[in-house]
Amino acid sequence: MPNESPPGLSPAEIQTLTRVAAVMVPADTTLAVPSAGDPAIIADMVGSLGRDRADVSAALAALDAMAGGSFAAITDDARAEAMAIAFLAREGRPATILGRVVLQCYYRDDRVIRSLGLEPRPPFPKGHTLEQGDWSLLDGVRTRAPFWRDDRRA
Amino acid sequence: MAGNEMVDVLIIGSGASGAAVAWSLADTKMRILCLEQGDWMKPTDFPSNGRDWEARRYTDFDISPNRRARETDYPINDDNSLMKVANFNGVGGGTILYTAHWPRMHPSDFKVKSLDGVADDWPIDYWALEKYFAENDRMMGVSGLAGDPGVPPRHPPMPPIPLGKTGTRYAQAMNKLGWHWWPSDVTVASQDYEGRAGCINLGHCTPGCAQGAKASVDITYWPQAIRAGVELRSRCRVREITTNAQGMATGAICYDAEGVERFQPAEMVILAANGIGTPRLLLNSASGRFPNGLANSSGMVGRNLMLHPWPQVRGYVDEPVDGDRAPMTVLWSKQFYETDPSRDFVRGYTLQFARGTGVVNEAITSAAVGRLPWGKAHHQAYREKLYRRLQVGVACEDLPEAHNRVTLDPLLKDSHGIPGARIDYTLSENTRRMMEHGIARATDILHAAGAKDLYTSRTILNSPGHLLGTARMGTDPERSVVNEWGRSHDVKNLFIVDGSVWVTGGGVNPTSTIQAVALYIADQIKARLATLFD
Repeated sequence: MPNESPPGLSPAEIQTLTRVAAVMVPADTTLAVPSAGDPAIIADMVGSLGRDRADVSAALAALDAMAGGSFAAITDDARAEAMAIAFLAREGRPATILGRVVLQCYYRDDRVIRSLGLEPRPPFPKGHTLEQGDWSLLDGVRTRAPFWRDDRRA
Repeated sequence: MAGNEMVDVLIIGSGASGAAVAWSLADTKMRILCLEQGDWMKPTDFPSNGRDWEARRYTDFDISPNRRARETDYPINDDNSLMKVANFNGVGGGTILYTAHWPRMHPSDFKVKSLDGVADDWPIDYWALEKYFAENDRMMGVSGLAGDPGVPPRHPPMPPIPLGKTGTRYAQAMNKLGWHWWPSDVTVASQDYEGRAGCINLGHCTPGCAQGAKASVDITYWPQAIRAGVELRSRCRVREITTNAQGMATGAICYDAEGVERFQPAEMVILAANGIGTPRLLLNSASGRFPNGLANSSGMVGRNLMLHPWPQVRGYVDEPVDGDRAPMTVLWSKQFYETDPSRDFVRGYTLQFARGTGVVNEAITSAAVGRLPWGKAHHQAYREKLYRRLQVGVACEDLPEAHNRVTLDPLLKDSHGIPGARIDYTLSENTRRMMEHGIARATDILHAAGAKDLYTSRTILNSPGHLLGTARMGTDPERSVVNEWGRSHDVKNLFIVDGSVWVTGGGVNPTSTIQAVALYIADQIKARLATLFD
């Protein structure tokens, strides 16, 4: 967790965010990926919250309330995961936004991207290569008679 | 109030239709001014320049004006509509944030009353627009393949974009089913074209193209129009169109880039503000002479809103395909486009075959519909989805209905205090049946393609955002807002050139036809200059 509270979330909120993110997307040693509660990923979330801050705060407050005070204080991973899943299954904007904020930062972390066999970079300027595909598949369609409805013959 | 110099032609809105009409009218040598409430876009603004490119689709490049909420956007209350609104406010308008899919309306789409006994015929037909479609294809730069038996002949100036792995998979499935398919026409340059480099596959085209391979009118029509003498003022938001005692438009009251209220006088006014922006402006221009809104003696301003319901079915195949590493649209099918008496609905739909989605969006969109677990099961489930998605959209024709409408919202206002819009929209029984038919066929296709874990979205978020029909064209002033060449029945020097004038909507992405209609109206204006306001 970052030592200082970046603008936007309080230290307590960052604790809750770290705990819930870590159970939403846990670390996997086989895949060599961190959890979403990794300090660098949390720092990205907190630093890029922008207009989502209020909804994320509302989600974290709701999680704390579900936990009877502090979600971060739940030491049992299975219980924390079950509670997080129950919360995220709720209808409503705060849960949706919390899920999006966690995922959009997790899946742009260099370690995660590399573990997927991808290059950590923006699309521009290198772009991607797109193969032509099999154009011979069109041969049969080309021989079909026109079937659009010609209003001049109606 | 500060005043500006008189212009001959005032165009409100710089998007698809405003750009086309400005370019076409430039050869008259009239003094033409276009006012645009948003900004010019710079290539470096677009999300694909940065690592957060997918996340920005949910913030400053969101297709919903309500979530994007830039200072240059205006709010639209869409609470009473299953379908949400998409647009963009800036130079280029909706072409900045469109998918670049480029089908045309079909000939039958202009004759739905004559052919199928529903809604109304247009007062013009496909063949009146044919040369404008072709001219527009050259101006925008279209990649595609001639010879499609599903549509009238057309000759795209560039070859089609590659099928890729995803297109090949779809094509195999369609051949197995014996159904029509064809590579989609798109306004993405497949090779160097008029100063635009061939596409290098930066990813899906919707949130703007950093390399300029996608045609948006800020890089196609506008540079040519400006070189020909048209003036475009960005960050100028029009509040209302003014009229005189004779009921003629005199210009517009607007707010300039510094927020100063100004009067812009003009000999004629052309509205090009889209199917919500145009009725909003007409309704905000109510006066003692026009108490129900300008040009609204018919009561049709704002009515007959058409949005193109667009269910989508997606599934996952057993090997990686293209994902978001190419333009999104790859094929279309016209197999179910025309009316078939054996079905339980009239009219039809285009099937639009899309590539998959990106690393972040796969996670977000799957989690949002409960198809990506949280916790220990997350990683395996995610890796079984990444770059394996196929998704087939069903572009349905929704027929015009008067109760589907745009009005002014009593509470919402934009950053200049101008009332925002409200939409009320419901799906008809005919549309619902069409949607279910399309969903069933899309499901058949995905099964034939070997896809599993199918998921259907009946109204996908904010898609497609086609805004049509709210100031319809017609010969009867009691049932339409503009005549067959775009002039208001009520205000003889007021024209509308955007999707508002559509009588019916077809089952296609509309930008190609919107621009063809705008070019047609511009030619009508030029042909009648001596008697234009009679």
